[in-house]
Amino acid sequence: MGDPSRRRIVRLLAAGPSSVAELAALLPISRPAVSQHLKLLRDAGLVVVRPQGTRRIYQVDPEGLAALRAELDGFWGSALANFVTLTEQHSKETGP
Amino acid sequence: MSTTTAATSVTLDVTVDVPPETAFRVFTEEFDAVKPREHNLLAVPIERTVFEPRVGGHIYDRGTDGTECRWARVLAYDPPDRVVFSWDISPRWQLETDPARASEVEVRFLPASGSRTRVVLEHRHLDRHGEGWEGLAQGMASDGAWPLYLRRFADAAEQAGSEPA
Repeated sequence: MGDPSRRRIVRLLAAGPSSVAELAALLPISRPAVSQHLKLLRDAGLVVVRPQGTRRIYQVDPEGLAALRAELDGFWGSALANFVTLTEQHSKETGP
Repeated sequence: MSTTTAATSVTLDVTVDVPPETAFRVFTEEFDAVKPREHNLLAVPIERTVFEPRVGGHIYDRGTDGTECRWARVLAYDPPDRVVFSWDISPRWQLETDPARASEVEVRFLPASGSRTRVVLEHRHLDRHGEGWEGLAQGMASDGAWPLYLRRFADAAEQAGSEPA
């Protein structure tokens, strides 16, 4: 979830189930890139897929534990990004 | 920054350009600036988040009206190696008063080459939250709070994600 595109995909899917094409239309990345992110999210148990006719529809895993994980992942991802910025300031102050 | 996941935990990993002593100090003493401000259990805006640097201490948010929300208990405080604290917040972002239903966060500060530090954050035992996350699932299914929560932190996450990490 360190990747901004992946966070955006989870965010979009949390708002409602979508196909790869629908996600790609809303993101500045290619369809294959969206598919790759979705594969990682599925492997992590955050996203599930179900067939609908000839299409494959992705949605956030309805199990709340996965949802909680996604949310905490976002929370701590933000926290560590803040932390990195703070340490960079210290590094400049005390650096060579 | 990288992320790995197990069924009941979230693990994040980041390497910073300061030694473990500094990394530990920044994380604890400046936790006010580390914690995303958007997450607030108080009725008023947060004035400051305080990390009490001792076992038995708390992490708490202090509101602009002086009210406090103690949402974590410090379980281990071993500078510069690690810190462990409880997560006394239910999946519905309410204070969890039963310690048996709290998860916990361990942050380790591992020396890396060149006076750098690898920081590994593990938020574990998420299953302890029990019925709460089942409730969260229902909330999600019924178009409830979950997308709202997600939107609340997504802006901050995106802002943070756009910075070099």
